[in-house]
Amino acid sequence: MTDLRRLKLVTIVAERVLRTRLLDEIRGLGARGFTVAEVTGEGSRGVRASEWEGSNVRIETIVAPELADRIVHHVSDIYFHYHAVIVFIQDVDVVRGDKYL
Amino acid sequence: MLVTSRALPYNTRLVSWTSKEGFRPLAGAEIIISNLLSPVVLAFALGMAAALVRSDLEFPEAMYHALTIFLLFAIGLKGGIALAATTLAEIALPLAATLMLGVVTPLTAFGVLRWIGRIDRVNAAAIAAHYGSVSAVTFLAAQAFGQTMGLPGEGYMPALVAVLEVPAIVVALLLVGRSVQDDAERHGGGRGAAMREVLTGRSVVLLVGGLVVGFVADPAGLATVEPFFIGLFPGALTLFLLELGMVAARRLRDLRRVGPFLLAFGVVVPVLHGCLGVWVGQYAGLSIGGSAVLGAMVGSASYIAAPAAVRIALPQANPAFYLTAALGITFPFNLTLGIPLYYAFARWMGA
Repeated sequence: MTDLRRLKLVTIVAERVLRTRLLDEIRGLGARGFTVAEVTGEGSRGVRASEWEGSNVRIETIVAPELADRIVHHVSDIYFHYHAVIVFIQDVDVVRGDKYL
Repeated sequence: MLVTSRALPYNTRLVSWTSKEGFRPLAGAEIIISNLLSPVVLAFALGMAAALVRSDLEFPEAMYHALTIFLLFAIGLKGGIALAATTLAEIALPLAATLMLGVVTPLTAFGVLRWIGRIDRVNAAAIAAHYGSVSAVTFLAAQAFGQTMGLPGEGYMPALVAVLEVPAIVVALLLVGRSVQDDAERHGGGRGAAMREVLTGRSVVLLVGGLVVGFVADPAGLATVEPFFIGLFPGALTLFLLELGMVAARRLRDLRRVGPFLLAFGVVVPVLHGCLGVWVGQYAGLSIGGSAVLGAMVGSASYIAAPAAVRIALPQANPAFYLTAALGITFPFNLTLGIPLYYAFARWMGA
């Protein structure tokens, strides 16, 4: 059995207009990769900049715990105030742990 | 005349035609009825009805995107082809007039919102950006209406759409104070980010790109793509209006939140801007049809380019206000009553 390593999965669900900026910023903070999906859903904010532009985007990235904290802080400092966005962290056990660091 | 107009989205049956009189443009209530019975307006109504009864009818997002790409690129292409046959002297004055209207209309909208509506500065600027900018679909509906009326706009009108799209957004964003701008920048927004979004957004890229392609392309090559871009255009527009009807109806749910002032604003300001557009257009040397189409453009409110830009530049502004006004009120108004009104005004002025 391959060695497992405990890392953090950071998930951001945000309105579509933030997509490019969030990806650039996550990369800038040091994430090595990410997965993006177009998703729909509903929350406390309701209205989007363009309803038909694809309602929301979910960005997932697996990173070291310390970077996970920085991403969460970055997103909450900048976007929580005016934008529709949530962010959360989960523990994940991954193979090939070095790939993510 | 009848043969060529068969390709148009409007029902040619409704155009009065007798062999003695020749072509006679419709008048009064007839104009409005012929507009209401056009496939594009009916498709829009069907879309609204489908959303209101909560039908499971839904456009896949990819299809919405494909239709906007097709429509925007085709508008640009048609405009570019016409532009190649236009001299600079012919178009210089209409271009300058359009640019001026793009600067003036966000200011008048802002003034009305601030001093009559008592709306806060940030939301007033956000809404003003939408009402100064242009809705490409309103432009198309006006063009199509003009064709049925026998008073089409100039072929180069799409170039004017491209010119009208951006200035208003810039002007409106300059109307917010330094502190709002700083606050927006702290929260991932601001003018710089928004300008990049507008200028590289698909709306501008496809429209301006299409103009360039149509302008420089070899006519023989263009003839081969014409069946796709010109022939299929009215059908694609009609389908797009169906989707737009559904989106607009969803916006209507926010109507109660925006209040009676914005409701009135969404009808009165387009009429003011529209008549201003017709008037300036005729002074700039546009034909009756061209000035009416310019009126419809100036009277329209953007809901593709402007919302994306404003959401980035002014995250503080409430999208429920600007989207509901532009899409839920002004667009349906222009589509049904506004366009015939601008035509009637243009004809009255031209007479």
